[in-house]
Amino acid sequence: MTAAPAVATQPLLEAVDITAGYGGVDILRGVSIRVQPGEMVAIIGPNGAGKSTLMKALFGLLPVRTGRVLLAGEEITRESPDRLVRRGMCYVPQTDNVFPSLTIRENLEIGGFARDGGRGERMEQVFSLFPVLAERPNERAGRLSGGQRQLLAIARALMLDPQLLLLDEPSASLSPKMVDMVFEKVVEINATGTAILMVEQNARQALSLSHRGYVLAGGENRLEGDARQLLESDEVRRLYLGE
Amino acid sequence: MSTETVSPRVEAAPARLWRLGDAAGSVVLFGAIGLFVIWSALTHPSQFVAGLVVGSVLALGALGLTLIYGVLKFAHFAHGDSMMLAAYLAFFVLSGNLVGTRGTDVRVPWSFADLPGATEPIWRFSFGYGLLLSMVVAAALAAVILILVDRWVYRPLRQRRAGLAIFAIVSLGVAIAMRSLVLMIWGPTPRFYVSGIRPTLQLPGGPRIPTDQLFIVAAAIVLAVAVYLLLYRTTTGRAMRAMADNPDLARVSGIDTEAVVRTTWLVSGGLIAVAGVLLALQSQLKPELGFILLLPVFAAAILGGIGSPHGALVGGLVVGVLQEVAVTVGPLSPGYKFSIAFVVLILVILVRPRGLFGA
Repeated sequence: MTAAPAVATQPLLEAVDITAGYGGVDILRGVSIRVQPGEMVAIIGPNGAGKSTLMKALFGLLPVRTGRVLLAGEEITRESPDRLVRRGMCYVPQTDNVFPSLTIRENLEIGGFARDGGRGERMEQVFSLFPVLAERPNERAGRLSGGQRQLLAIARALMLDPQLLLLDEPSASLSPKMVDMVFEKVVEINATGTAILMVEQNARQALSLSHRGYVLAGGENRLEGDARQLLESDEVRRLYLGE
Repeated sequence: MSTETVSPRVEAAPARLWRLGDAAGSVVLFGAIGLFVIWSALTHPSQFVAGLVVGSVLALGALGLTLIYGVLKFAHFAHGDSMMLAAYLAFFVLSGNLVGTRGTDVRVPWSFADLPGATEPIWRFSFGYGLLLSMVVAAALAAVILILVDRWVYRPLRQRRAGLAIFAIVSLGVAIAMRSLVLMIWGPTPRFYVSGIRPTLQLPGGPRIPTDQLFIVAAAIVLAVAVYLLLYRTTTGRAMRAMADNPDLARVSGIDTEAVVRTTWLVSGGLIAVAGVLLALQSQLKPELGFILLLPVFAAAILGGIGSPHGALVGGLVVGVLQEVAVTVGPLSPGYKFSIAFVVLILVILVRPRGLFGA
């Protein structure tokens, strides 16, 4: 793990007291989070804590009812996803995160759709980060294994060279070996300066790789702080790590 | 590299059985269609050729339908009537004719037929370059009309996340509106792009066909190739395919999905218009044309696998040949021609609902 970046004056992403939900029900009830430039932040919590809902609300896929979301100091609370990606914030959904009938190369091209130029060069860079994908660029994404799909999904989101990458449970339904592989890549991407905000079930591994962490429960902030300290705190051990 | 997901890599026996059955089903279906096509080409060559001509028109219609279904995820019941309306628009810009009071025609002061030599036949076809110009203008008009209908009718439904049944009924309403409009503007009597005797051509070793039919097939091939290149060789086409695959992911990837929707109507509008004009060229133009076309076009798209461009082309040709050949076999009267599409539709839905090339 790289050393935590020095605390910058302005957070890259800041969500202040946001409320959001489906229908008449609020799933998030005043959640606040912050990501500094270059930082890797994990959000953990039990099932139904509102982790994925938070991701969707941050990315404009779910209307934020109250509260504000700021990206580099600018308000993005009601911005649509296709504008957010142009502002350097990309998102990898938990499931259905590749285009199955398109080839690996075409998936990346779509990922870079919002780029004005330099798509070819960026694709070379992304391929060099994911040699597995570069081996067979004309394979259809639908024929890849679960782990490779997850890599492709992350690679697709990297095509715009985002400042901030939102990952919704990148390790979901992968074998332990693939989980390691995916986390390794996430750390590698973070090392290039891309800030990462990820939601994870795999609390121990996610916290051990991140700089900071948040614990959500019942749609509210429960705990937050340095990832190491969270990992060692009694409450986290008892509640979420099953110890 | 060895990458295994934990979950369903190991298939349960019923799943394997199902896949085996599915594979056997496709062999039977493809085999039956292949045998039928070869058999009809050998024993009923003139109906076979006629079927290919009708089939290429159906293929264009089904291609447009399948693109709309893929990107917008709804069954566009106004498809046939859009083809008919576009064919009337071509008729109007070519001849300038509108129906007046008491069924007599009135003519607007200017039309393409007034251009010098516009009605002089090209090569051995029955029509001049005026019809080609009219076809292009009709394609543009049809695209604009469909984009506006989407903007005013379908988009509000999309934003409200309306269900499939609502879209189907609303597009049926659009179809009825289009037909009524045509009846009001051009009346119920059949129209022709060109009058007089149609030149014919002896196919080497085959039947004698109207020369125009060569044009119909050639135009369909050119358009099908153009759509293929658009879908598989351009960024716009990839965006359309991406949206057909996963609209939510397309949106979070930064694709302006409403722009893709407009492009889809533009492309389908062009296909619809050319298909309509070609069909009217080979028979006659009448307001019921759209409704008559709707069923075979849907049958073709579903036979090919709805959402699959290749499938639409193959499906169109197969339904066309079936329609023309089946009525010459056995005691079927030609009046049953259009019920063939219905039979195809039912069989495909029973035996293989995802069609020949469907995912």
